[in-house]
Amino acid sequence: MTLNQLTAHEVVNLIKKKKITAHEVMQDIFNQIDKVDNSIKAFLIIDREEALKQAKEIDVKVKNGEELPSLAGVAVAIKDIIATQGTETTCGSKILKGFIPPYNATVINKLKEAGAIIIGKTNMDEFAMGSSTENSAFGPTHNPWDLERVPGGSSGGSSAAVAADETFVALGTDTGGSIRQPASLCGMVGLKPTYGRVSRYGLVAYASSLDQIGPITKDVTDCALVMNVISGHDNMDSTSVNLEVPDYLKSCQAGIKDLKIGVPKEYFIEGIDPEVKSALDRALKIFEKLGARVEEVSLPHTKYSLPTYYLIATAEASSNLARYDGVQYGYRAEEYKDLSSMYQKTRSEGFGSEVKRRIMLGTYALSSGYYDAYYLKAQKVRTLIKEDFDKAFSKYDILITPTSPTTAFKLKEKIADSLTMYLTDIYTLPINLAGVPAISLNCGYNKNNLPIGLQIIGKHFSEETILRAAFNFEQNNDVEKRKPSIKPTKHKEAAE
Amino acid sequence: MKEEVVIGLEIHIQLMTKAKIFCQCSTDYIGKEPNTNTCPVCLGLPGSLPVLNKKVLEFAVRTSVALNCKINQVSRFHRKNYFYPDLPKAYQISQYDTPLGINGYMEISLPESTEKRKIRITRVHIEEDAGKLVHEGDITFSSYSLADYNRCGIPLAEIVTEPDFRSPEEAQIFLVKLRSIVQHLGVCDGNMEEGSMRCDANISLRDAKTGALGIKVEIKNVNSFKAVKKALQFEVDRQKKLLAEGEKIMQETRHWDESKFITVSMRSKEEAHDYRYFPEPDLLPLKVDLKMINNIRKNLPELPEVRRKRFIKDYQIPEYDAEILTSSKALGDYYEKAVSLYSNSKVLSNWIMGELIRHLNEEKVEIKASPVSPEKLVGMLKLMDEGIISGKMAKDVFEKMFKTGKVASQIVKESGITQITDENELIKIVDKVLNENSKSVEDFNQGKEKALNFLVGQVMHYTKGRAKPDFIFEAIKQRIKKI
Repeated sequence: MTLNQLTAHEVVNLIKKKKITAHEVMQDIFNQIDKVDNSIKAFLIIDREEALKQAKEIDVKVKNGEELPSLAGVAVAIKDIIATQGTETTCGSKILKGFIPPYNATVINKLKEAGAIIIGKTNMDEFAMGSSTENSAFGPTHNPWDLERVPGGSSGGSSAAVAADETFVALGTDTGGSIRQPASLCGMVGLKPTYGRVSRYGLVAYASSLDQIGPITKDVTDCALVMNVISGHDNMDSTSVNLEVPDYLKSCQAGIKDLKIGVPKEYFIEGIDPEVKSALDRALKIFEKLGARVEEVSLPHTKYSLPTYYLIATAEASSNLARYDGVQYGYRAEEYKDLSSMYQKTRSEGFGSEVKRRIMLGTYALSSGYYDAYYLKAQKVRTLIKEDFDKAFSKYDILITPTSPTTAFKLKEKIADSLTMYLTDIYTLPINLAGVPAISLNCGYNKNNLPIGLQIIGKHFSEETILRAAFNFEQNNDVEKRKPSIKPTKHKEAAE
Repeated sequence: MKEEVVIGLEIHIQLMTKAKIFCQCSTDYIGKEPNTNTCPVCLGLPGSLPVLNKKVLEFAVRTSVALNCKINQVSRFHRKNYFYPDLPKAYQISQYDTPLGINGYMEISLPESTEKRKIRITRVHIEEDAGKLVHEGDITFSSYSLADYNRCGIPLAEIVTEPDFRSPEEAQIFLVKLRSIVQHLGVCDGNMEEGSMRCDANISLRDAKTGALGIKVEIKNVNSFKAVKKALQFEVDRQKKLLAEGEKIMQETRHWDESKFITVSMRSKEEAHDYRYFPEPDLLPLKVDLKMINNIRKNLPELPEVRRKRFIKDYQIPEYDAEILTSSKALGDYYEKAVSLYSNSKVLSNWIMGELIRHLNEEKVEIKASPVSPEKLVGMLKLMDEGIISGKMAKDVFEKMFKTGKVASQIVKESGITQITDENELIKIVDKVLNENSKSVEDFNQGKEKALNFLVGQVMHYTKGRAKPDFIFEAIKQRIKKI
């Protein structure tokens, strides 16, 4: 076994005990990337030199007997929508090709302070708009479990990199399921924190009222470890909440006896893959065996989540993405005759089709004469959806649902039909609208050896509880954890 | 049809906080190297987020309170979306349906009328300023433009009035008073030429009999007090002429061309922007508690209206003088400094309103930068009182002071204007004056002390102020006795 196959907490402990060096860890990480990333295509940028330099610094600290921070020597991959000082940040878009931020996102600073080693930037659907990572301007990412299939999205590069043991941890972002759905499709753990738990400073905005940064890891312990580092108030983000952050590693340790679990019936209707459903049923039995009480609950406004999400998210996106106009940075059309043609050509050429579709939809929803019927109404429905959750949480500690109605689908299978693609996020969208936290973790595999994900949803700022429930399940799941076997393949498709 | 002029104003004032509205950058941007007074936040770089500078809120509340507005204890920010290269995010963070201050008013006094006019203030809201473009050549034909983002994120308060003005003069009077108020509040320096105070106007004509409203035209780029009156008058005349010719007035936005003294059409109603306002998700609702409002209200600095009354009462100067002296904060401060050093408050106000303001205007110098400080002005007036220089000479001395910045006594010495020490020569002049003014001599003999002052003044006149006044005083009295 190579060191890259370990988990983050295992690596940190071994480095602390001087059993291994951070430099050895990095070598195994980069060997794996060299071996498999041509097949997976998880990374857009790899920063080997800087990573090896940082690894050496950690090894010097170990030698000198200095105390090591909590993520010392842990390789972390960053979704390319999070600003990294001095390293290109493209959001998977041609329009930001060449953009090098002069500053770090708050989470990057926090990770670095904790000794994490940023090894590179990962592929994603352009501006986080998509559920398959096929909307990247730089070509798709492949699912390590089956290279013919998508890793999910939009944080597909991040989840594939973790699943393929190319990194221990990756950061993703989640606006409507973009951490949880790819974590589910790649068999990893992904957490979307409560809105306001993790600073958004440096996260390139898609839909500001829904976006959150969160970890994708190999197990729940690693997830808690990373959440301990990245959570907390930030003066640079007015929407980050000034609440004390508990020790999530500690919270995992307690049991779940008498935990009240609600299972929303609206999540088990048409469209759900029978294998996903049976995996969920089996998982719920394990929770019951651990002493939790499982009951059916109703979230009556669930069916409005999709249209509500696609009005609010696109409205905000139409404004957030207006700044990519070719004036200050990024792509600018080569030939134009005046200001308005510069704008038009730059944006027509620089954005991909899904981004343009959402900008148009959002612009329309905010237009004079349509605002009340679309944007305002969507905000009202959002309140109703939130109230569904408040009501459910007055009775239950957590809710459990599938993360995605299906396992990983084939590349090109859904990309031509937007609505079909949108439906893959049907179980994750309402969580962002409500602003509550949710974690996705593996609960089994289908007959084709594709991972199936389970979603645990909690009250606002109850990451403690969902991590505890997830940890207890992980420890007691009767399906043995597997790793994908990757057969290196050369892909024909080139970047569009 | 007899038309009535209907004008409403929209005024932007730059708030003089130390830092910009949503980042730590300085607000001191004028004259700085382009794009050096910026950071990721005011440049709107991807991933950056705004955080409200609390001082901006305080300044805006102070402005709202001074304009008698009701403060919305919860207001919110909206995004105003439009594309322009001086706006790096392609939206301006502003306020829309819930502004900070609403339903205020300000009273103005009109010339030749004792009645006050109440101008209603619709709203006061907070927003961010945009950058500046420098066009190669002319804006209408330019091969390239350069963007300077130093001004991005300078805090602005926008003050909107109801259409309560009935003439361009009224609008101008309002603006002058508003400027003085914001200066006294310490929230804005009110410099229209440098753009720290900017004004747009809406103007229409309505039927005076029926009250039927006319079509509204918006005028932009009115950036001096004189321009306000000129641009509005031009627009009144243009609209009246169109109506007289049976033409229709178009709803449009027009640009004031300061060099040609005309307004030109910028865009029609059809070309108007749809700003797609929606609540700014990156900022929390803006909360102002009652305690803060009361605190600000209690600690409001003296406003020009109160100061004017105090000037009349404390310094015994006419209302007209007090009005002018309080029309700007700096002018009032100048006067108060001077009056603390010199007791004849009316003489002071005459000199300030006359010579000082004239020279400042001619040389386009701000009063704060006046080469003649209050101390220097008082120094000169004292020389006059001592009879060392006459009133007429003082004007020359003042001009020299203004040009050189020197004190009066030094100018007097350098110009060779010294007192006449030859007593015989002085007696000759005294005799000459007494001969020429037998009526005054008679008056004096009949006990009119004032006549003596007149005679002394006459001697001063002949000597161009170079005579020693107490010597002349005694000499006249003695010579009269001899007669």
